[in-house]
Amino acid sequence: MGGFRSAVITFPGSNCDRDMADALEKVSGTAPFRVWHGDAELPDNLDFIALPGGFSYGDYLRCGAIASRSPVMQAVIEAANRGVPVLGVCNGFQVLTESGLLPGALLRNSGIRFVCREVALKVENTQSLFTGGYEAGAVIRIPVAHHDGNYFADDAVLDRLEGEGRVAFRYAEDVNGSARQIAGVLNAAGNVLGMMPHPERAIEAAHGGSDGRALFESAVKGLARA
Amino acid sequence: MKVRVHVSLKPGVLDPQGRAIQHSLEGLGFAGVHDVRAGRLFELDVDETVSDAALDDMCRKLLANMVIENYRIEKVAA
Repeated sequence: MGGFRSAVITFPGSNCDRDMADALEKVSGTAPFRVWHGDAELPDNLDFIALPGGFSYGDYLRCGAIASRSPVMQAVIEAANRGVPVLGVCNGFQVLTESGLLPGALLRNSGIRFVCREVALKVENTQSLFTGGYEAGAVIRIPVAHHDGNYFADDAVLDRLEGEGRVAFRYAEDVNGSARQIAGVLNAAGNVLGMMPHPERAIEAAHGGSDGRALFESAVKGLARA
Repeated sequence: MKVRVHVSLKPGVLDPQGRAIQHSLEGLGFAGVHDVRAGRLFELDVDETVSDAALDDMCRKLLANMVIENYRIEKVAA
């Protein structure tokens, strides 16, 4: 199983990077590279890049704004544009929208409060690299923990995302005011996924659920096939 | 040179913080406040040689998120 070359990027204030690295190692059998925000280069020939959750740069300016302009993100953007799979979770999703790799923005939750609980998600696209392991119509349970997860994009962008099958996950209930209850979106090429819920926190029974495991398995298997 | 950059949410973008502030004003007994939109003010001290185009670029690349925000640049007399 060895040889899966993944990297977890750590920014100052990231706090889910260890969970992400642990999930990638448990599923792929190979420990990811740990990359610091100030690094200008990524390890060669990466199969997968993960941007973890947390509060990069203390959420100064806007969530993910400063991280998205850090040196390593130039390398991540270039890798994403070459087709390297990139997963951004929670703050990682915010970094992806701020960097322009994904459309839209994440606003303050409509209920003002931080939301920290398990939520039900509908898997809307089961064809993508990240979601191929889920069955069509699957409803899964994954934890969320965020203050700014209210997905916003204008109607034209939302229509395009839906029309192109780029809504990967949708909340089964209103969690944070997100437009059309969108919880995760893909880029046009399908190799970049951003999502507010934390699949890395639902990998094994001891976490209280393992519905997130299939996401990592999908990516690892999909890349092994490719 | 002192420059003020005002960043505000675009019309139509929900502002939960503004709404909470409005409710709080109501709670304090201030009547007649129909809406509150929260924004952000940046005060920059920049060299005289910094061009208008560069200021514009700063707003678009960092100070404002053009997906959800508008900005206005105001030069302040010293």
